[in-house]
Amino acid sequence: MTRQIYLDNAATTATYPEVVEAMLPWFTERYGNPSSLYEFGQSTKAALIDARERIAAHLGAPAQDIYFTACGTESDNWALKATAEAYANKGKHLITSAIEHHAISHTTEWLEKQGFEVTYLPVNADGLVNPADLAAALREDTTLVSIIFANNEIGTVQPIKELAAIAHERGALFHTDAVQAVAHLPINVEELDVDLLSASAHKFHGPKGVGLLYIRKGLKTRSFLHGGAQERKRRAGTENVPAIIGMAKALDLCMERFDERIAHELELRDHLINRVLAEVEHVRLNGHRTLRLPNNANFSFEFVEGESLLLTLEQKGILASSGSACASGSLDPSHVLLAIGLPHEIAHGSLRLSLGEATTREDIDYTVEAIKEVVERLRQMSPLFEDFIHGKKALSAVR
Amino acid sequence: MAYSEKVMEHFTNPRNMGEIDNPSGVGTVGNAQCGDIMRVYFDIDNAGIIRDVKFKTFGCAAAVATSSMATELVKGKTVQEALTVTNKAVCEALDGLPPIKVHCSLLAEEAIHAALWDYAEKNNIVIEGLKKPKSDIHEDEDEEDY
Repeated sequence: MTRQIYLDNAATTATYPEVVEAMLPWFTERYGNPSSLYEFGQSTKAALIDARERIAAHLGAPAQDIYFTACGTESDNWALKATAEAYANKGKHLITSAIEHHAISHTTEWLEKQGFEVTYLPVNADGLVNPADLAAALREDTTLVSIIFANNEIGTVQPIKELAAIAHERGALFHTDAVQAVAHLPINVEELDVDLLSASAHKFHGPKGVGLLYIRKGLKTRSFLHGGAQERKRRAGTENVPAIIGMAKALDLCMERFDERIAHELELRDHLINRVLAEVEHVRLNGHRTLRLPNNANFSFEFVEGESLLLTLEQKGILASSGSACASGSLDPSHVLLAIGLPHEIAHGSLRLSLGEATTREDIDYTVEAIKEVVERLRQMSPLFEDFIHGKKALSAVR
Repeated sequence: MAYSEKVMEHFTNPRNMGEIDNPSGVGTVGNAQCGDIMRVYFDIDNAGIIRDVKFKTFGCAAAVATSSMATELVKGKTVQEALTVTNKAVCEALDGLPPIKVHCSLLAEEAIHAALWDYAEKNNIVIEGLKKPKSDIHEDEDEEDY
């Protein structure tokens, strides 16, 4: 049996065993509905209140401003659709970036079909939004700005506090998709002064199927699901009690050991980046060198195609992800890699490695050796590399 | 991506990968923008028999596997026989391809034709049934929204 090295923690993380343990009683023993009036239900309600308070405290938010959802995608859909609609009398202009997750970009595309106008801010070669571009794009009728906190592919972390302040100066609300950021970067919604924030539990060792949306008190929004009185009538439906309790437990554990966890990931991330850049030729690091998620590394290997790279690494037990078209099941490479200015052929050769708390230095060293071997083998097979070596036709130079 | 075992086997151990010095014919098709490029080299003897064939491919597992299989299918054949190796035959020999990867087999067929065309031009001969290959197979593809 080959060893398995899981370097796809941006896709999902292992649920902590303590989290599963904390969830279990809420399935088989304490299964009461929190909306029921008898004690068997009310004790569940008390557990929900407790979970909401703990999660809110970790984010620096009042408990009543945290709304539970089924996933980060739902939180993003809710934040954008309901806020755009609630403020449509004021204006129908929204601003977002060119490197949002599809949960945002496909939602804004849908809103465009509903008569909203959307400005997509460009990013620089490191994947950063320029605050001056936001200032210039804001208009009288702009109601909402939504910028991804930390990009899921290239890991670049945006100046959220500065961007939110610029939006507020012009009377627009500010949402951030913080699905990759929560529990990986210090986040305090009051200090950042954001109005809406999306998160998802399975990105921080919680269960799948639960997320949250922070909605600042006083903000107008529409009910996202109509029905019962759950979530202050804004998101009806019986709460996913075990998952919510699991999310609270996961965030407790992540924040308890935040400093050592992040220091460990940072050290290994930099070890990985330094080794790959030093030991592989014709490679580019995508995303900002330092303003990036502590667990993210994203490379483009010239003359090599991403799906082939992924499948060959999988044969060596390494699980990662790629922005190549083939890997995503479409014909175009990742919109994020194109937005940072990569030519198509280089975007096709991208590899995302996202580390976790359980990643070891041996894992990274094994992975670097595997990458060197696989890239070399695929280049021997590549007509692009052959042309490059023969100097017939130089591909566009790696930035 | 659900690939057949045959596809994975040819991807992992590609047949005929490499280059031929002074080839009788060489053809390159595809487009780096779309993420796949194939190059096929032939060594064809005076009797018109493909003595050796090599390929190089930049692309996904399906692109590598179809190159490998297509070269296997034409090796030792006459030029005329090689012309009858269709993308369908390549697909079938690989126990099928996922629908969005079928274009890779078209690319493999086109690469064979491009190398044969080059051979014909170099030798000033006409291969019956061989049309001038498209340099970029994606030109003809309809935009599909997956």
